[in-house]
Amino acid sequence: MKRIFASAHVKRLFSALAALAILELMTGPPGSALTPTAGFTGSFGEASSFFGIFRTQRWVVFLFLALAMYAIWSAWLMWGTQVRAATAKAVSVPRAASRTRPVRWGMAVAVLAVALLLPHLITDPFWQAAMVEQIAVYVLLALGLNVVVGFAGLLDLGFVAFYAIGAYTTAWVTGALPTAAPFGIHFNNFYAIPIAIALAMGSGIILGAPTLRLRGDYLAIVTLGFGEIITIFANNLYGITGGSQGTNTIPHFSLHVGPIKYLWGLTPVPYYYLTIVFVILFIAGFKLLEHSRVGRAWTAIREDEVAAESVGINPLKYKVMAFAIGASTAGFAGVVTASQSNTIFPSSFTLQFSINILVLVIFGGMGSITGVVLGAIVIQTGSMYLLHTPPAGYQPQDLYIYLGALLVVMMIFRPAGLVPSRRRHREIGLAEKGEGHMNEVLTGDTP
Amino acid sequence: MLEVREAVVRYGAITALHGISFEVNQGEIVTLLGANGAGKSTTLRMLSGLHAPQSGHIIFEGQDVTKTKAHMFTSLGIGHVPEGRRIFPQMTVEENLEIGAFRRRGSYSEDLERMYETFPILKERRKQIGGNLSGGEQQMLAIGRALMGQPRLLLLDEPSMGLAPMIVDTIFRIIGEIRDSGTTVLLVEQNAAQALRLADRGYVMENGRIVFGDSAANLLTDARVRAVYLGENVES
Repeated sequence: MKRIFASAHVKRLFSALAALAILELMTGPPGSALTPTAGFTGSFGEASSFFGIFRTQRWVVFLFLALAMYAIWSAWLMWGTQVRAATAKAVSVPRAASRTRPVRWGMAVAVLAVALLLPHLITDPFWQAAMVEQIAVYVLLALGLNVVVGFAGLLDLGFVAFYAIGAYTTAWVTGALPTAAPFGIHFNNFYAIPIAIALAMGSGIILGAPTLRLRGDYLAIVTLGFGEIITIFANNLYGITGGSQGTNTIPHFSLHVGPIKYLWGLTPVPYYYLTIVFVILFIAGFKLLEHSRVGRAWTAIREDEVAAESVGINPLKYKVMAFAIGASTAGFAGVVTASQSNTIFPSSFTLQFSINILVLVIFGGMGSITGVVLGAIVIQTGSMYLLHTPPAGYQPQDLYIYLGALLVVMMIFRPAGLVPSRRRHREIGLAEKGEGHMNEVLTGDTP
Repeated sequence: MLEVREAVVRYGAITALHGISFEVNQGEIVTLLGANGAGKSTTLRMLSGLHAPQSGHIIFEGQDVTKTKAHMFTSLGIGHVPEGRRIFPQMTVEENLEIGAFRRRGSYSEDLERMYETFPILKERRKQIGGNLSGGEQQMLAIGRALMGQPRLLLLDEPSMGLAPMIVDTIFRIIGEIRDSGTTVLLVEQNAAQALRLADRGYVMENGRIVFGDSAANLLTDARVRAVYLGENVES
């Protein structure tokens, strides 16, 4: 008996069964005080559609998934090294080709063409709205947080604060808040863009200048607090922000230049194009930044702050810069969301939101612009798909279980993200061997 | 060129430097000797702005730099090769050298070529990442990175630490060449014999004080130095 359990195969099988049993119970129907075992019996008994093929008991689905997990796990252990070597060889030629300039530009143009045609290919109103609110805006947010987390290596858990500042600024300058709009004029939303970016950037600098002297965990705690403070302000400053009701009178973007009159908002598509334009601008800007003097300073600070100082880099200056750039991106995303949905509530600006954006960045690949864009698209499209066409028994809050499981799997097989930044990939590899500065970040021991 | 006057450094309740004074003149190699915990590294940390002295003064080329921030020292003309090398492990050799010229305006490609002449091994490894270099190569890279900032005074903290004797010889030969090319050097070393053979002058530190200083030749024959740092029995 003891020998059976000592076998690695049995261990893996039991781990897979246990993991899926937990997942099965967690995603099942909730119990209640009157019927405490309902969650248990219900989740095991309820019928479920098996990949849409035939209906069966939920436990059969999960048993099958557990066996599949065990099989993949075993196969990976047996052939993983060969598979990795083979795929590395297979992609080395296209990868080398993709580094040449014409190929890269060609790919960028192709992606852009698809992005521009997308609203005409997908006409489902749900997806048209999701493409703006849930995907394009999140791409922007992920790009912004990537500057802070990926480029400068700072853990920011209060990113939502700058998004909220952008959204509330839009409401303020367009006269949708209880407090008077600036100079009593109800500005067009376009004016909200520079004002929101400036205010978000300003608050990024105000928050960053004193706190970016802190390292690692401390910075995360301070930013987390800042995110909460902004939400609480929005909730409690009733006379200024409209309190927990927020506002629902934010106008759409509109254009009146001489004979040209255009109003955004009849469908989400114009917003999509507006956001895409800014996504392209931000990507181009961040690409330039990454390879500039500033980008090199960020890399140096991330790798070894003391050494960075010894070559004459002022760490505080460049960290505040990263913080301000990230904040202004979030501020702009706030303008788009507020204008497009016309409404804002404090309850949408939660810690959960900050963490969601961080998940996109980590999943996509910290420090890799392509990675975070792709990560945001993949995760947000997946979440929206589950929301739009939920499988039987799926509850909206189950999403986080799947996201969590996805991240765990990612950390095992692709710790540096979907499309890792080359440098970040190596940094994480070194940290696993217990070398390099990332190790100090991960273990929290700073010299 | 560099003058330290009565500098006191405290870490909380512990006093690491009890008012030390010394000077480095143009064109010299000056070495600071001392056992572990004598205050050598604290002295260099102070001189590179990482830890400001609580009292006393640091004068560099007639300018009081006591309160200057760490990142401004390269602009002043003081280069620092930190203890443990601290090269950027994920940057290539070339990127490491380039970032050494961070504060400089204009082209530095000539200096880059000069570094590759001084350290031919770095040229061979220019596209490799710093973390994959051997200890000796990393030390050369750290020195090269500091030199890219065109310092007039170079601070070296334990350049021989953890290196094979043959590599140490190379490093010391290069330090001599750096001095010959016009850069003043302040060298902190545990390897007293080798440091004194290279240096012009030396100071001996004990428990956060400079107990005495003299020309390197005199220190090499000094009975106290021989007893404590060169491991010789005075009587024999």
